[in-house]
Amino acid sequence: MLASQIGYYSLVLGLLFSFLLCAASIKNFNNNNERVDKNVITLSLLQLIFVIISFLSLILSFVNSDFSNETVFDNSHTTKPLFYKITGTWGNHEGSLLLWLLVLTLFIFLFLIKSKHQPKKYRILTLLFQQIIIIGFFLFVLMTSNPFDYLFPIPAEGLGLNPILQDPALAIHPPILYLGYVGSSIIFSSSLAAVTQGYITREWGQHIKKWVLVSWIFLSLGIMLGSIWAYYELGWGGFWFWDPVENISLMPWLTLTALLHCILVLEKREALTSWVVVLSITTFTLSMCGTFLIRSGILNSVHTFANDPARGIFILVFLFVLIFLSLIIFFVFHKENNKDSNNFFWLSKETSILVNNWFMMYFLSVVLIGTVYPVFLDVISSEKISVGPPFYHKLIAPFLVLFLLFMAFGPKLRWIKSKIENKNSLISFLVISIAISLIILRKLNTDVLFYTVLISAAFFLFFISVKELFVQKFNNISQVVAHLGFSLLILTILFNNILSSEIITNMKVGEKYNHNKSEIFFEKIEEKKESNYNSIVGHFKIIDEDGKTIKLRPEIRIYNQPIIITSEADIRTTLLEDKFLVMNLVKGNEYFNIRYQIKPFMLWIWISVLLISFGGIISLFKKKYEK
Amino acid sequence: MKNKLNLIILFLLLSFCFIIFYKGLSNSNTYTPKVNYKKNIPVFEARDFNSNTNITSEKVFEKDIYYLVNIWASWCVPCREEHSLLMELSKNQSIELIGLNYRDNLKNAKEFINKLGNPYSRILLDDKGTLGIEFGAYGVPETFLIDRNKKIIKKFVGPINQEILNDIKLIIK
Repeated sequence: MLASQIGYYSLVLGLLFSFLLCAASIKNFNNNNERVDKNVITLSLLQLIFVIISFLSLILSFVNSDFSNETVFDNSHTTKPLFYKITGTWGNHEGSLLLWLLVLTLFIFLFLIKSKHQPKKYRILTLLFQQIIIIGFFLFVLMTSNPFDYLFPIPAEGLGLNPILQDPALAIHPPILYLGYVGSSIIFSSSLAAVTQGYITREWGQHIKKWVLVSWIFLSLGIMLGSIWAYYELGWGGFWFWDPVENISLMPWLTLTALLHCILVLEKREALTSWVVVLSITTFTLSMCGTFLIRSGILNSVHTFANDPARGIFILVFLFVLIFLSLIIFFVFHKENNKDSNNFFWLSKETSILVNNWFMMYFLSVVLIGTVYPVFLDVISSEKISVGPPFYHKLIAPFLVLFLLFMAFGPKLRWIKSKIENKNSLISFLVISIAISLIILRKLNTDVLFYTVLISAAFFLFFISVKELFVQKFNNISQVVAHLGFSLLILTILFNNILSSEIITNMKVGEKYNHNKSEIFFEKIEEKKESNYNSIVGHFKIIDEDGKTIKLRPEIRIYNQPIIITSEADIRTTLLEDKFLVMNLVKGNEYFNIRYQIKPFMLWIWISVLLISFGGIISLFKKKYEK
Repeated sequence: MKNKLNLIILFLLLSFCFIIFYKGLSNSNTYTPKVNYKKNIPVFEARDFNSNTNITSEKVFEKDIYYLVNIWASWCVPCREEHSLLMELSKNQSIELIGLNYRDNLKNAKEFINKLGNPYSRILLDDKGTLGIEFGAYGVPETFLIDRNKKIIKKFVGPINQEILNDIKLIIK
């Protein structure tokens, strides 16, 4: 009750501070001070504090199960464990927007205190652009998605949180992803500010690179967490479904990755300035676009969120205002400098990064078209289609081969003008890679030419990166680690695809099922009671082909609020493979449907993503710029 | 000059996107029927999922009860979502569910049914996707309610939800 009131008024005050900040910074912009006024920074801090208060009071309402608050009523229940009461705060539309606001205000405050050595006018303009975004989000929250709406009479019990969201990975997935998304807002604001000030220079590149890295790392980790969640919770045994919501997180990642590479060129040669600005704008626009597409319910997806057209229209208008604003600024202020694009020598690091950009743009357009084409088609011809994985695989895989080869090759080139060194070693690596993949695929009896090519390319990148790691010692280590991670990712995904096997059968307690030399034994079932669900635990003994025995205990959970039955897979993870067992009720008899999967290298998929992100982390903390 | 032209083209393109999204907002997430009111069911011959023999539409809809034709596929994510509701509906005596397995791999489809249960009294194979078109389907999942006079009286684009399920129950009561 009280907490909701405090939360609501803190939000209103936060909005008020936005206007004060705008006024103060415009005044500061025009006066003769060389530095940013103290009061601007204080105001920004106060704004942050009020948003934090608001966020904390929402958490408090959730913890106390205060059902006079509509958001709490809709998404919580007294029997939920404390942990999920807290994480439920951002597991819903209103709360997640409040989290957006929190991160937005936090980041601009950090930006202000971390950019002391930058020109005053640039810092203030960044603040102003960021405040435009912040004001937009304040209005959005207050007008269409107030998390502190009051309910009377006060309901005795809440509606509960969707059980599939009651999960540790999903509890931290939104905050991490948001840090990535919102981090891109700082890049957006500061690149616009830099454009108006003609400050797209080497110094700016060095300064903004940190922010690009931070967003990129969080975005990578956020996507991975979502994927891990999908893997064990949705129980289909897959980890990426090309679902619109997944695509939406992938798109800013692609542009951000391209931007990361462009910043290197900017930092070194002060070129590719247009690329840098356009990519900065696009990354944030895509993040916003993602929010729009998800929150408006315009897309059909497994992620079902509230559909409220008013919300959709607000974000849509806001999104396009930002796009038009940034485009006008770009076209009016941006002066292409003469070092740009056209006069790169064909064989140089710059050119290879440009090639990387075009690859990224290609992947982006595939994902973008696959995601929004159904919406366009629906409006124009009222025909409804859904775009599935085959579309993405067919369009992306062939280019992936070239892309992998380039990734191996590009970083070896020098700036400005280069020649191919060690041709022999490159060729011998290529031959070795092809040979290895041929041998492996022969052994596995999956002799598809296309797999051979793709795996060879991935091996090529892998070996080159490993070699670089030893030869170069600690030069360029961040790049080598990230590229190594990427090659490992592609390799593990491919082998996982090829080698996965699965047994599906119906069994009852006490039965044995034999398949080849392996055996599944359904020992017994056991009932368990938790505060928010009852569960049936199946005890299984599995003897695999080498005679090893493992025990797996999948569960069927019957959640009480709302009443939903979920199947919790039991997964035994080892270094080489995951054993995945899930059971389901079969209607009307004592049989259970059993699905047992052996999925090789699952752990390595996550490790690869961690490696990729780790590359970014090294770069973030490294003092000296690599050659 | 070239710059200005670029700007104008970009603006036009973006405005177009804006209009599309704007329109999309107002009509896309509704799964209510618009067309096909009281349309006759098509006459066809299709292969049966289990027996792999051909069967005519007359035979499929021979009983004097309501039928629900549900187009599904194992690769279709929303189909999994609606499946539990279909299972629930299949308990109802006054309606029979006919599955139309759309452009699917037979093995995957069987796994799907084994795993999630079979709400259908009969499943027809539509591996070329032509049968769906005969019904006037846009994609998967899609569901048609057929009354005792063998007319399509309702059509639901996209997954069935609780609300639609209640609707159907009300009609067939």
